[in-house]
Amino acid sequence: MCQHHNLKLCRLFTTISLIILLAMLSGFISFTAIASPAERDVALALLIEKSSKKRAAGVDALAASGDPAAASILAAMVDGDLFFQKSDNRVVIAKKQADGYAVIDPILNEALGVLPSGDIKKIRVNNRLRRQIRGALGGLNLSHSNAETRLAAAYGLQKSPDPALRPALKSAFAKEADTDVRTAMGMALAVIDSRPEAAPKDRLVAIELLTDSDSTEARVILTLLAGDTEKDASVRAAATIALDTVEDRLFYFQTLGSIFQGLSLGSVLLLAAIGLAITFGVMGVINMAHGEMIMIGAYVTFMIQEVFRSFAPEYFGLSLALAVPAGFVASGALGVVMERSVIRWLYGRPLETLLATWGISLILQQAVRTVFGPTNQEVGNPEWMSGAVELAGGVLLTYNRIWIIVFALAVLAAVWALIRFTSMGLEMRAVTQNRRMANSMGIHSGRVDALTFGLGSGVAGMAGVALSQVDNVSPNLGQAYIIDSFMVVVFGGVGNLWGTLMGAFSLGIVNKFLEPVSGAVLGKIIVLVAIILFIQKRPRGLFALKGRAVEN
Amino acid sequence: MLSLIDGKGRIFLAIVAIVAIGAVALNVWAPVGSTFHVPNYMVSLIGKYLCYALLALSVDLIWGFAGILSLGHGAFFALGGYAMGMHLMREIGDRGVYGNPDLPDFMVFLDWKELPWYWAGSDSPLFAIILSMAAPGALAFLFGWLAFRSRVTGVYFSIISQAMTFALMLAFFRNDMGFGGNNGLTDFKEFMGLDLQADATRAGLMLASAIALAGGYLLCRGMTTSKYGRVLTAVRDAESRARFIGFRAEQYKLFAFVVSAMMAGVAGALYTPQVGIINPSEFQPANSIEIIVWVAVGGRGTLVGAALGAVLVNYAKTYLTGALPEFWLFALGSLFVTVTLFFPKGIVGEMARLRELVMRKRMPPRTPATEVGDD
Amino acid sequence: MNKPSIGLRRLIQTGVFIGALTASVAGAAADTIKVGILHSLSGTMAISETTLKDAMLMLIDEQNKKGGLLGKRLEPVIVDPASNWPLFAEKARELISKDKVSAVFGCWTSVSRKSVLPVFEELNGMLFYPVQYEGEESSRNVFYTGAAPNQQAIPAVEYLMSEDGGGATRFALLGTDYVYPRTTNKILRAFLNAKGVADGDIMEEYTPFGHSDWQTIVSSVKAFASEGKKTAVVSTINGDANVPFYKELANQGVKAEDLPVVAFSVGEEELAGIDTAPLVGHLAAWNYFMSVETPENAEFIKKWHAFTKDENRVTNDPMEAHYIGFKMWVQAVEQAGTTDVDAVRQAMYGQTVTSLTGTKAVMNVNHHLSKPVFIGEVQDDGQFETVWQTEGPVIGDAWSDFIPESKKLTANWTYPWVCGNCEKPKF
Repeated sequence: MCQHHNLKLCRLFTTISLIILLAMLSGFISFTAIASPAERDVALALLIEKSSKKRAAGVDALAASGDPAAASILAAMVDGDLFFQKSDNRVVIAKKQADGYAVIDPILNEALGVLPSGDIKKIRVNNRLRRQIRGALGGLNLSHSNAETRLAAAYGLQKSPDPALRPALKSAFAKEADTDVRTAMGMALAVIDSRPEAAPKDRLVAIELLTDSDSTEARVILTLLAGDTEKDASVRAAATIALDTVEDRLFYFQTLGSIFQGLSLGSVLLLAAIGLAITFGVMGVINMAHGEMIMIGAYVTFMIQEVFRSFAPEYFGLSLALAVPAGFVASGALGVVMERSVIRWLYGRPLETLLATWGISLILQQAVRTVFGPTNQEVGNPEWMSGAVELAGGVLLTYNRIWIIVFALAVLAAVWALIRFTSMGLEMRAVTQNRRMANSMGIHSGRVDALTFGLGSGVAGMAGVALSQVDNVSPNLGQAYIIDSFMVVVFGGVGNLWGTLMGAFSLGIVNKFLEPVSGAVLGKIIVLVAIILFIQKRPRGLFALKGRAVEN
Repeated sequence: MLSLIDGKGRIFLAIVAIVAIGAVALNVWAPVGSTFHVPNYMVSLIGKYLCYALLALSVDLIWGFAGILSLGHGAFFALGGYAMGMHLMREIGDRGVYGNPDLPDFMVFLDWKELPWYWAGSDSPLFAIILSMAAPGALAFLFGWLAFRSRVTGVYFSIISQAMTFALMLAFFRNDMGFGGNNGLTDFKEFMGLDLQADATRAGLMLASAIALAGGYLLCRGMTTSKYGRVLTAVRDAESRARFIGFRAEQYKLFAFVVSAMMAGVAGALYTPQVGIINPSEFQPANSIEIIVWVAVGGRGTLVGAALGAVLVNYAKTYLTGALPEFWLFALGSLFVTVTLFFPKGIVGEMARLRELVMRKRMPPRTPATEVGDD
Repeated sequence: MNKPSIGLRRLIQTGVFIGALTASVAGAAADTIKVGILHSLSGTMAISETTLKDAMLMLIDEQNKKGGLLGKRLEPVIVDPASNWPLFAEKARELISKDKVSAVFGCWTSVSRKSVLPVFEELNGMLFYPVQYEGEESSRNVFYTGAAPNQQAIPAVEYLMSEDGGGATRFALLGTDYVYPRTTNKILRAFLNAKGVADGDIMEEYTPFGHSDWQTIVSSVKAFASEGKKTAVVSTINGDANVPFYKELANQGVKAEDLPVVAFSVGEEELAGIDTAPLVGHLAAWNYFMSVETPENAEFIKKWHAFTKDENRVTNDPMEAHYIGFKMWVQAVEQAGTTDVDAVRQAMYGQTVTSLTGTKAVMNVNHHLSKPVFIGEVQDDGQFETVWQTEGPVIGDAWSDFIPESKKLTANWTYPWVCGNCEKPKF
């Protein structure tokens, strides 16, 4: 470009023009960067509007503006933490505190102090806006420094795919180091590529990727592609094959899922029935107030949680650890009182005990109703009990149920150990096998009875603590479990803990396998009729206790 | 025949007759507003109590005399009620909401085109009455035969009888069963052409209940004072021994169980038109346990006591749910506990015991007879 | 031999006599107007109904402070039918014949209403029924102040199908197995079919009362929802069985924005028993929310908290229904100048009351109200936030246009129709 006789000047001139050009370019770039505050402010103004259409437009505008604060504003909005100040319409992020709201300006990233709730107004979201925001956040957060955020972004894009983001997604996918995020991004790409607008070869590649996924979104897309709406025959064929593979794999996992569900139902039944097995087995007492012992355990949990909520909310996760022994003590004590005051006079008359305990159950229900009111009480799941672990195949094992299975087995083991290894257990077994002989040997059967009843009721109380995590806490809680408890005990065999264990789990699994086939109601009826017929065949239950025990 | 009825029985039948006839008389002839007038709702209430008394009798027959504690007798009562209810639904005809002459409203609603097979014959009142005895009887026969044959007794029997009634409750709650589901059968208009809201019909139903009660009582007395009754008592007290002597214990128990179920069915059939609704919650285990409580309060094994207990407890419930709506469950629960602890023989039983004490004090001492102790 | 027996006999006779005596004496005239409250205070329904009894007591107390009605004091007569349907009928009969109440406010479940219906019709009583129900009924002696399906179910489904609601094209109808869900789902199915939703896109599942193990059903709903179309769940699950259902949904990670659930039997009272943070975004449809900001509502809530001495008590739709019903009854009695049922009934038609949401509620000739419909999202404090509402009040329709047998029926208790379910006027 430069002639050799004016080389120096020419080079100087070229360099200067290049520099000016670059300056202009960067100025142009920074001009666009500077231009975004206006876009952002327009977007924020739309967010404050009443109409949800305008707010939706605001979300789009904010995402497109490229403003660095956009991601945090949108994240706050979807979490319900985005407000605007009534005085000057300034958009702020506010977190609720004891004395008001702690307010932060998202753009300048500075705290603005604490404001009363009357000074700020929430920027409302609904389900449609939430989906939109998650998709937008997906696009914005693809290159975020935090891996979790990138993962969330990828998931968001899987759910709300935006073809315009494909290039950005592809480049992010190429750079991604974290395997989980990479898989999620790959899936998001596959979702975008499976759309009808994409080229067939891209779509076939996408189908292959989707075959390996167990997520529901993948199945959704494969089903669509295998269906009649799909124009391309090769795509349709490939999708059908893929779908079959996926469903075969899923069937195996779903059976596992059913077994898990059956075990968890069984563990609930087991917890409810252990206490009854003890009192029925040792004393031959039909305790119709057993359900109320469970209910009391649940209410104890509620009360302890209330105490934690008011005084030590940070330690809420410990509330259950405290509730278990508290429930045991409360119900156990009540059981001992019941035994000493009422049941001991009704010795050897199990049918009268039934009536008396029925009366006590009415009194207990009404007492709880009077003290706490008839409505449900809120018993929360601590953090470590919420959520689930996802197995392959979309099978979810919820944490609270896993814990309950573990807890039920632990309680059973503890009770078994007590009966097997302690002297009290020895006395209990002696009294069960032959009361008169035990008396002659010097065992104070009255005291054993009181303690046995207390133990059975205490275990019921612990069951109530666990059940409060999965069921309502109301005065009627007991009634829901009493029939099932009896069924388990009678089916499993009286006086035998293994029987209770086997009985509970088999009933749970049978019930859960029947449910998808026959519906919940019919399934329960079938199980009941089966138990009735089974008892005709084996009147003493699955694991019968030898000896003349219970009849006398 | 008269030896059938002892002193207690004579009083009992007399009272039933007086109450029934007296109530009708005072309802019809005493002027409204006077202190002697028995209001309409009381006539139905008395009829309801009489049905409950009959139900209690049926339970006392098997519990007091055969030692069978059935915690599911409410099922037989409800089955009888449904049998009658089906007929009453048919009698509505085309006066239902949807105006369909053949199908009850709830079937029209479910889009059914014709009556299912198990509703056949329900348009005949005679069939309804027979079915109200046959259906519970058949169920009792099947259930009892299976149970007694396998020597299921005592608490096990009680628990599976509870399972039976619970399963039936779940089944009848299902709308697909064709029995009206959760709403049950209701909105009855007439029985055998007589308007159910008319005073005369109400009085008639109440008298029918009284007659049924009297009849049931005589039947029970007949059974329990005969040779059959003595064997039954032997089976109750020492089943193995009776069996070893040569009596087929299962057959004796089964017979009592079936008769008792049929009586309960009749009680249910009379109950439904007087209350105006039959609903799956009658199958609830709690209802069956209440029947046991009535018999326990009144006096197990005395027949008269069972009827008395039924009336007293239900009257207490009626009164308390009005007078102490927030606390009546405390009162009722305490009643059960007190009676079981302090009056294990029930009211009539305790009074009989007192009378014996009084008599023993008067009589000169005699050689003690060898008594079989009861546990 | 007969000595103790005669005593026994005398005792029982006296008992019956006294019973009859008290019965008739209780009916003696007094200077009060009696109002019957027929709500279960024990048993399964106590959870929902006890609060309505308290609401009625507050309303009666307030009216007495204003000087009563027609110069006389209002006296509440409370009974406990204990969630037992035959007992409902018995208590209703007692309230009308023995206690001689001028009106009864009560019932919750359709069974309880159906049990007492013959009693009210026979004895010409007046019942105010405050709960949302399935329609298919219009009795001369009942005023239905709760929502009919077209005031709750249909607008809710329309919202779900709209863009704002998520644009659902597939629906899972989950309900407890009894008449209200069955009828509502029947109506909804006909409605959806009319809107072009095929039967294959509608799933219907019923569970028994008090069902607490929702694992299977939530899994099958998730499977149903993952076949390509945007799905929504319509829940007519009864009362507190919703609690374990929501817990299971939350634990299985079902987010409201992916699979929204709209419930018709979940109100502020039911949410008071759970931690609602994982449920944010799920919906409910009512004619009233405690969170609606109007001066009338603010005042009502203040009075409620003062009356119950509990700042944490919530208000809900059936309470508002009793509020409207009671105010209308008072106005009608004042207009008619008497508590005679027939006169008051005539005066009821056309009565307007400003509801707690600021709209005008009107009593129509079919005995149903005109009320606005609100769709609200669950918030993390157990309240609902309105996301959509009807422009104005919707007239309650007792006979749904979506059921062929009902479409041709009209309920109109004024001349010349004078019937609750006929095809042609009677006169």
